[in-house]
Amino acid sequence: MIKLENIHRNFQVGDQTVHALDDINLDIQDGEYLSVMGPSGSGKSTLLNLLGLLDPPSSGQYFLNNTNITDLDENQLAKTRNQNIGFVFQTFHLIPRLTAAENIELPLVLAGIEEKIRKERVYDALSSMKLLDRAPHKPEQLSGGQRQRVAIARATITEPTILLADEPTGNLDQKSGLNVIETLEQLNRRGITLIVVTHDAALGSRSTRSIRMLDGRIESDDAQGKS
Amino acid sequence: MLLLRDAIHFSWSALTANFTRTFLMLLAMSIGVGSVIILTALGEGARNYVTAEFSSLGTNLIIVIPGRSETSGGAPATMMGVTERDLTLDDAIALTRHPKVSRIAPFNIGAAEISWQGRKRETTIQGSTHELLMLRKWKMAQGQFLPEADISRANSVCVIGKNIRNEIFGAHAALGQWVRIGDRRYRIIGILGSEGQSMGFDVKDAVIIPVASAQSLFNVPSLFRIFIEVKTREALPKVMTFIKDTIRERHQGVEDVTVITQDAVLKTFDRILSALTYTVGGIAAISLVVAGILIMNVMLVSVSQRTSEIGLLKSLGASARAILNLILIEAVLLSSLGALTGLIIGHIGSWVIRYAFPVLPAYPPAWATLASIFVALITGILFSLLPAKKAAQLDPVVALASH
Ligand SMILES: Nc1ncnc2c1ncn2[C@@H]1O[C@H](COP(=O)(O)OP(=O)(O)OP(=O)(O)O)[C@@H](O)[C@H]1O
Ligand SMILES: [Mg+2]
Repeated sequence: MIKLENIHRNFQVGDQTVHALDDINLDIQDGEYLSVMGPSGSGKSTLLNLLGLLDPPSSGQYFLNNTNITDLDENQLAKTRNQNIGFVFQTFHLIPRLTAAENIELPLVLAGIEEKIRKERVYDALSSMKLLDRAPHKPEQLSGGQRQRVAIARATITEPTILLADEPTGNLDQKSGLNVIETLEQLNRRGITLIVVTHDAALGSRSTRSIRMLDGRIESDDAQGKS
Repeated sequence: MLLLRDAIHFSWSALTANFTRTFLMLLAMSIGVGSVIILTALGEGARNYVTAEFSSLGTNLIIVIPGRSETSGGAPATMMGVTERDLTLDDAIALTRHPKVSRIAPFNIGAAEISWQGRKRETTIQGSTHELLMLRKWKMAQGQFLPEADISRANSVCVIGKNIRNEIFGAHAALGQWVRIGDRRYRIIGILGSEGQSMGFDVKDAVIIPVASAQSLFNVPSLFRIFIEVKTREALPKVMTFIKDTIRERHQGVEDVTVITQDAVLKTFDRILSALTYTVGGIAAISLVVAGILIMNVMLVSVSQRTSEIGLLKSLGASARAILNLILIEAVLLSSLGALTGLIIGHIGSWVIRYAFPVLPAYPPAWATLASIFVALITGILFSLLPAKKAAQLDPVVALASH
């Protein structure tokens, strides 16, 4: 469960302050499927990074599963990212020298999990992503859609509760884009909280809840009307 | 927490992915370690060579050198001490009077040509007495050494080393032949069987004539050295005082000789050459620091090239500490591999030196091997701290955005 209270995120650029997030209040329940839309520079990525504990708020409170994350130190934040949060990026961010399987394995390696258990879980992830035959391939030998599925497998290998995707289809053609979205939605149906930033209205309309951002504020949230 | 084995595996993959970078750093490191080992091996070799040289003179040995050295303690400057008054054969004879003196060998040297039936060779001629044989612990191959005669008698006999024998006489019998040395003729009465070095001369190249003969051949009344062997070690100080007193008495109250024991000479050389070894080792160690700086630069470049990778690792749950460790493990892998390669280079290099100069026992000292590995590891780690810190402190959002 996510709860943001009066979140601000300011960037100092020269002597100018950019209000990337301007008094954000947001509640997200476990298992929700949320899309974040809005024009370029409206603060979507900043919000996602903040939710993913990559970026601290300038002010305000962020409760993740009832823990105030401002109370956590760097080590605990890293651990929470590893256990509870998965990221999917527009540019995939696979490590080129590692194979598909090794890329997927990485969060488990960082968590210090034993090799035997890691291999089993990577195998399961590969097979559920239909990537088994691609396991020993380097990212450059994979198609865009396959790369993003490797990235999704990596993001979910530690079985996090939240999956954050920043324009996950931005670098893909329509067909593989749809395939990736369907993969993410399938994960959501199995219970993961899915938050997708997208420019694509068609993709945005697939979510159960959609928020629209403008100038660092939440301009509209269709959950507001429902609740 | 990241398991060590996995961390090493990951860092290793980063190293092998960029072969040129890794190769360059390995090269720098291994040249550093290799040169420390080779240079110290050279220094050690020189030290052992000189030490062995002087030990071959025998034990309980006192060396009397004409001229007073300014500093006490018998530094090598003593060896070149300016002659103030001649050290004569009579001085040497006077020194035999002490009951604790077992052997005494006045010694003279000069360069001259030795020839026989048109074959000739320029060589160093040593003038001494019967006692020199025992004093230097030489062995005869054929014939006898200089006769046990009155020191001041200039007999026309000589003893030669193996090389001289072979070069001048070849297949002919040398014993009993008359050779020309300078403008005089001498009969060969013995051939030395010993080999090796002594006081900078190759025993195989030795030509030895009676000291009085050498004095007249080179027309110098003074002696170059007097070697005195003392019966017991305990008697050394007493005999030294006796020598100084006797010479002062004979030289109108001036103590114008330097009296040193072989021990003192050995210790001095040992000190000087050890210092030399440490110095060259230290200079070579500077190359390790240079290697360290190279490692730092290359690591900094590598960290900035891998910024987005580091951002990704952070997003996947790597703590700052884990990133720091990963980069440091890279440094440790690099420097230990570099040190190992350097070790091999150093030992092969020392072997080549020993092969090329067999007289020089150029074995790298253990401390140099250990110290260079230690310094390599330490510099590798120290100089990687900055790049590692930089990587650890990267803002993940900014790092992920970089390309
Ligand atoms: N590190 C930073 N330093 C300064 N300004 C920043 C930084 N990160 C974001 N901003 C600013 O904050 C605002 C929000 O940026 P953000 O990346 O969240 O926008 P976005 O909605 O994701 O845009 P896009 O759709 O183009 O990805 C922008 O004005 C941006 O310039
Ligand atoms: Mg964005």
